[in-house]
Amino acid sequence: MTEMLSYDFMQRALLAAVLVGITAPAVGIYLVQRRQALMGDGMGHVAMTGVGLGFVFRTSPVWMAVLVCVLGAITMELVRSRGNQRGDIALAMLFYGGMACGKLLVSVSAQAGAGSLESYLWGSILTVAPEDLVTIAVLGAVVIAVAVGLRRQLFAICQDEDFARVTGVPVRTLNLLLAVMAAVTVTVAMRVVGLLLVSALMVVPVVAAQQLTRSFAATQAASIALGVVVSLAGVTGSYQLNVPSGPAIVLLAIAVFAVFSVIAGPLARRRHRRGGTEPGPQVCDVRIPGPGRSRNPGQAPEKTSSDTTTPERRAGLAQ
Amino acid sequence: MTDPIPPAVRLRDAVASRGGRPVLRGVDLTVRPGEVVALLGANGSGKSTTVKAVIGSVPLEQGTLELFGTPYGSFRAWHRIGYVPQRTTAASGVPATVREVVSTGRLAQHRLLPFRRRDRAAVDRALDAVGMLDRAGDGVADLSGGQQQRVLIARALVGTPDLLIMDEPMAGVDAASQQVLADTLRSEVGRGASVLLVLHELGPLEPLIDRAVVLRDGCVAHDGPPVPNTGLHALPGHDHVHPHADLTPPRLLA
Ligand SMILES: Nc1ncnc2c1ncn2[C@@H]1O[C@H](COP(=O)(O)OP(=O)(O)OP(=O)(O)O)[C@@H](O)[C@H]1O
Ligand SMILES: [Mg+2]
Repeated sequence: MTEMLSYDFMQRALLAAVLVGITAPAVGIYLVQRRQALMGDGMGHVAMTGVGLGFVFRTSPVWMAVLVCVLGAITMELVRSRGNQRGDIALAMLFYGGMACGKLLVSVSAQAGAGSLESYLWGSILTVAPEDLVTIAVLGAVVIAVAVGLRRQLFAICQDEDFARVTGVPVRTLNLLLAVMAAVTVTVAMRVVGLLLVSALMVVPVVAAQQLTRSFAATQAASIALGVVVSLAGVTGSYQLNVPSGPAIVLLAIAVFAVFSVIAGPLARRRHRRGGTEPGPQVCDVRIPGPGRSRNPGQAPEKTSSDTTTPERRAGLAQ
Repeated sequence: MTDPIPPAVRLRDAVASRGGRPVLRGVDLTVRPGEVVALLGANGSGKSTTVKAVIGSVPLEQGTLELFGTPYGSFRAWHRIGYVPQRTTAASGVPATVREVVSTGRLAQHRLLPFRRRDRAAVDRALDAVGMLDRAGDGVADLSGGQQQRVLIARALVGTPDLLIMDEPMAGVDAASQQVLADTLRSEVGRGASVLLVLHELGPLEPLIDRAVVLRDGCVAHDGPPVPNTGLHALPGHDHVHPHADLTPPRLLA
């Protein structure tokens, strides 16, 4: 353990893992909320073109990927907000085009061997360069500040866009901001988890956490905690077992999801029992008034039998 | 302008289409201060589209919209408006509690500032008004459809709006809760709020309604005092002779 921490590259990889572990679920939760869980995946594909451009022009692939990915994200958001019927087809073109373009650019650039693209695709702990770490830290800090600071506004637009508009929230601007943040997250996470698995770190901690939570705030907090834990564990495992870090992180996250979904049922039942509220009668004890029923068939039911608040209150779950 | 206080809603000659199809073909709609207006009409007649045009989520191709006397383009006083969309699920891809969903109705009040005690108190009051306070900590996805509807109504009430816009608020709500909501609405009107309601049946709200506007195929077919039981009988094609025939405007019987 101490030996692992004595290496500079491992220190950088672990720091990057913490940043990515926080950022990816903090933004991913909004995409999941809007049922756009696979959007990050598409951005990962588009980012490949950026990496390819970085190779060709011998500039930083990370900054090139940020640029291309942000443009891609804005395009995706515009297609989504238009409510275009053929929107999914436009997106498919963007995703496949991005991936094909990236591979092509890398292969024409003289600089890079195949292994180098590989590290962008699957993540690698050996390749987090000091300047990469600075980029990751700056971008990550901005994304976290926005995702947490504008939590109520972003929650509102992802929950119900029309309603959010009536509260005066700048819906269009925030939608674009969210898309840009997702794009930045993809590129921030690229070095650690890899472009092909980046989306998993944005989605899996969120869906794992929500097996056990009931509120959005708790889901966000728990998914960030989970993201950090699996990222650190995955990078450590990658060092110990000499496997790429991306798959290690993602498989760990999926294992956590599996465990959480197994214990979710029993835990919920226990919460009900412990909640202190009586769960209501076990059997039906409502008497059906025999003759009174057939006498006035068309009449509205009596107030007592249709008053929903009473049975609910009895069955009310713990607050 | 004849009124000293401008109307809450003034929609003039609104033309709008959705998915390339013209849906509103020149709708006029005015809601004066303190007035309760019911918007009626058959399925697909354009009621929801009219309401969405009023809140600006369906753009107008022609016509003008003023909210509280301000043209839509420069309107910023969103805290004065509460909106209940036509029955959608209150649930989304991530769990959220009833309290979290209702709290979004306070965004126009606290904006970028933190959510404070008075915001929290307003959420409690609104939840109490719809009889859902005891479920505040539960996930919205765990509620029945009618209960979710009540949560959405609370979300609109929480900002104490001057104009309430509700698209079929009573859909799926049982008789007892409808009465509770009617009482809530009465107190909202009592403190001076204007209300624009899309309804299919007037039901327990009937005594509250000052005016009914009936849409047919994107045009206003009737604008005047509510006719008892208008909800069903005003539907186009519903031309049988019934006890209220003398009260029903002749155009509706065509
Ligand atoms: N999202 C949409 N995309 C395309 N067309 C739509 C959309 N929503 C509604 N329309 C069309 O607009 C017309 C009016 O719809 P609208 O929702 O305003 O009707 P409504 O009066 O509210 O009906 P209902 O009583 O069923 O709620 C319908 O003919 C419908 O086909
Ligand atoms: Mg409708």
